[in-house]
Amino acid sequence: MSDTVLRIENLTLDLPSGADRAHAVHDLSFTLARGEVLCVVGESGSGKSMTASALMGLLPGAVTIGGGRAIFGGRDVLALPEAERRALRGAKIGMIFQEPMTALNPLMRIGDQISEVFEAHGLLTPTERRARALALIEEVGLPDPKKIIRAYPFQLSGGQRQRAMIAMALALEPEILIADEPTTALDVTTQAQILDLIAEIRQRHGMAVMFITHDFGVVAEIADRVIVMRHGEMVETGPAAEVLAAPKHDYTRRLLDAIPSNAVPRPDRVTAAPALEIRNLRKTYRTGGGWGRAAREVRAIDDVSLTIAKGEVLGLVGESGSGKSTLGRAVVRLVDPDSGRILVGGEDMAALDANALRRARRRVQMVFQDPYASLNPRARILRSISEGPVAQGVAKRDAEARARELLEVVGLGADAADRYPHEFSGGQRQRIGIARALAMDPDLIIADEAVSALDVSIQAQVLDLLRDLRARLGLSLLFITHDLRVAAQLCDRIAVMQKGRLVEIGPVDEVFLNPRDPYTRSLLDAVPGASWADGGSPARAEAI
Amino acid sequence: MSDFWSRFSRNRGAILGLVLLAAVIIVALIAPLIFPKGPWQMVQRPFLTPFATEGLPLGTDTLGRDVAAGLAYGARVSLLVGLVSTLVALAIGVPLGAVAGYYGGWVDEAAMRFTEFFQTIPNFALAIVLVAILEPTLTSITLAIAIVSWPPVARLVRAEVLSLSKREFVDAAQLAGLSNRRILLGQILPNAMSPIIVMASLMVATAILLESSLAFLGLGDPNIMSWGYMIGAARTVIRSAWWLSFFPGLAIVITVLALNLIGEGLNDAMNPHLNRKGRA
Repeated sequence: MSDTVLRIENLTLDLPSGADRAHAVHDLSFTLARGEVLCVVGESGSGKSMTASALMGLLPGAVTIGGGRAIFGGRDVLALPEAERRALRGAKIGMIFQEPMTALNPLMRIGDQISEVFEAHGLLTPTERRARALALIEEVGLPDPKKIIRAYPFQLSGGQRQRAMIAMALALEPEILIADEPTTALDVTTQAQILDLIAEIRQRHGMAVMFITHDFGVVAEIADRVIVMRHGEMVETGPAAEVLAAPKHDYTRRLLDAIPSNAVPRPDRVTAAPALEIRNLRKTYRTGGGWGRAAREVRAIDDVSLTIAKGEVLGLVGESGSGKSTLGRAVVRLVDPDSGRILVGGEDMAALDANALRRARRRVQMVFQDPYASLNPRARILRSISEGPVAQGVAKRDAEARARELLEVVGLGADAADRYPHEFSGGQRQRIGIARALAMDPDLIIADEAVSALDVSIQAQVLDLLRDLRARLGLSLLFITHDLRVAAQLCDRIAVMQKGRLVEIGPVDEVFLNPRDPYTRSLLDAVPGASWADGGSPARAEAI
Repeated sequence: MSDFWSRFSRNRGAILGLVLLAAVIIVALIAPLIFPKGPWQMVQRPFLTPFATEGLPLGTDTLGRDVAAGLAYGARVSLLVGLVSTLVALAIGVPLGAVAGYYGGWVDEAAMRFTEFFQTIPNFALAIVLVAILEPTLTSITLAIAIVSWPPVARLVRAEVLSLSKREFVDAAQLAGLSNRRILLGQILPNAMSPIIVMASLMVATAILLESSLAFLGLGDPNIMSWGYMIGAARTVIRSAWWLSFFPGLAIVITVLALNLIGEGLNDAMNPHLNRKGRA
């Protein structure tokens, strides 16, 4: 018991009246031991982040503490006056956030931001602060500390920013580090590095880490103990290995089942006519330059050629900045390519003028990433879906009848048509987006990170829907994702992009079991929890 | 809609503003009924103090005209000028800003340079010059106020359109083959309405102030009784007859305050996510 650093007893957080439930967190009790990594897992709205905010005293105004205690160092953190709480923050409890870009002040140099932590707590002299900042930057493994200390956040990559955040959180050697989805916004390879860093720091400083995540892969990678939360209540807790191997609660089991497993399905070989042919496509972005300075060039698409057969699902995988989204947007001409041909049903999309393009747009439709931004908030669902066909010359009555039919097809029911987007959840909106794409009767659908913003259980449902639609309607699909596990579930073939180039393309089982390109191999190795997944991951099996 | 009202009515200031504005509007509407003789008629001795003579609650001015009647008729002018000039300003600013924000490139450059041309000249000075050139009538004053107040509208609409046109639903509309005009009118502008409405309510208040200031300087329509004219005419006797400038001044303050309160209430009700902390 002596090495328990934090004990939470019967914590209840009240939501304002009129919210969809009475408590953000209800009757939550747990302990956190020195040197332990405790993962708090749950889907969005489970109250996992609220718990952390309550500890730090960062609750949004409308949420109030309804009861319970959080004992830290013999005192109840929740009952401390603001001044003492402020002294505690940073010094005893550090926190890192999901979005390193917004969590850092964009106008302050990294070194100053770290020094500020000491300054806020009235510690050290300015020169000592600077020396400590430099040491911290070195400790979190940032390259070239002398340069980084003078850099602004925008000059750092996502992973580097997260390292800088960790350096700030470590500055005062806190006893507890709260990490709220610290790797969610990062690429897999970067994620793996940050997880390693957190594990290493925990070892070196003997800190307790409360790690909030929605990803069981990450849990498998880092956790000693796990708490599974749902609707503000703890449904299961136990050692990580036990929970992952033999989940007791139904909900945990369902969450684990919903994770796209690493078992690679045999792809259907399709040999029919191509739905899409891309030939030597190029797109270069130029920024800056002029007055004698050279412009910065980014090759977003660098001589890419690929083909998608009718009825085939091609997965386009890559990390952020690899050009995969630009490629998808170029196919529908939301981005104008510099050169190359995009053949859809024999017609070159890249060569069409504005009017011809408007007519040809029907052929390729898109399902977008952000379910909240992709529907017009002021238009009823019916209008959102039927507007396209009407613009193409379909009679309004027919288009609306078809829209209701499609809503049934995607599993929402025809009465959804008369409602507004805000009445639907993220997963439901994604279904509406799919119905909207289907309404145009396209030759090809491009799904750009279509399930990335969704919780795992919802993600599984949408993937099921896509699989089902594909079987029933013979859809051709370009499925763009950063998540290899998801790609493996749905795709017949996988194309891997890196820095605008296509580095590998092949049937899904070949790419996963025998990756030819070293980059593909490193991607596969970085997938969190790869070694834990049932039956052993093919990627790991290969690596061993 | 009911949602909107419940949020709006939670802001007590906004309700107060609505009540005050409603009172001003009612007075303006029924002015001919309560004061059938009009505001220019001499009704008594000049310089009667307020609350002293029956039938003349606010006293009489330098020429023996009823101050209360002047206020009631002045309300018509103020509200009319405020409303019409705002509508005209919106009619210039919204299309210009929308086109600039949506099409970007040289269209945007041209529209914004044009807007800046107006923004670099001080509002009030430009209004004075315009009215002086056009000779002061109700129409020219309204037009002058509209001309000096549209640039902020254009900027606001441009910014809104710029950020909205990056949203994915606009991409989706493009993929559906909708024409640019339909995307702009049907998808983007409806979503930009909230800030435009809020701004318009505040612009009415500013327009009323501008009109009063012009009239105060003697640049009002000489045939029309307005609050600014009343204050301007009374400034020479401000020490002997305070009420002549006080009551029209109070009327301006109340009307402008009411509009500002409403504007703030609208802002809270239409952008619930920007609600200040603690009010949610």
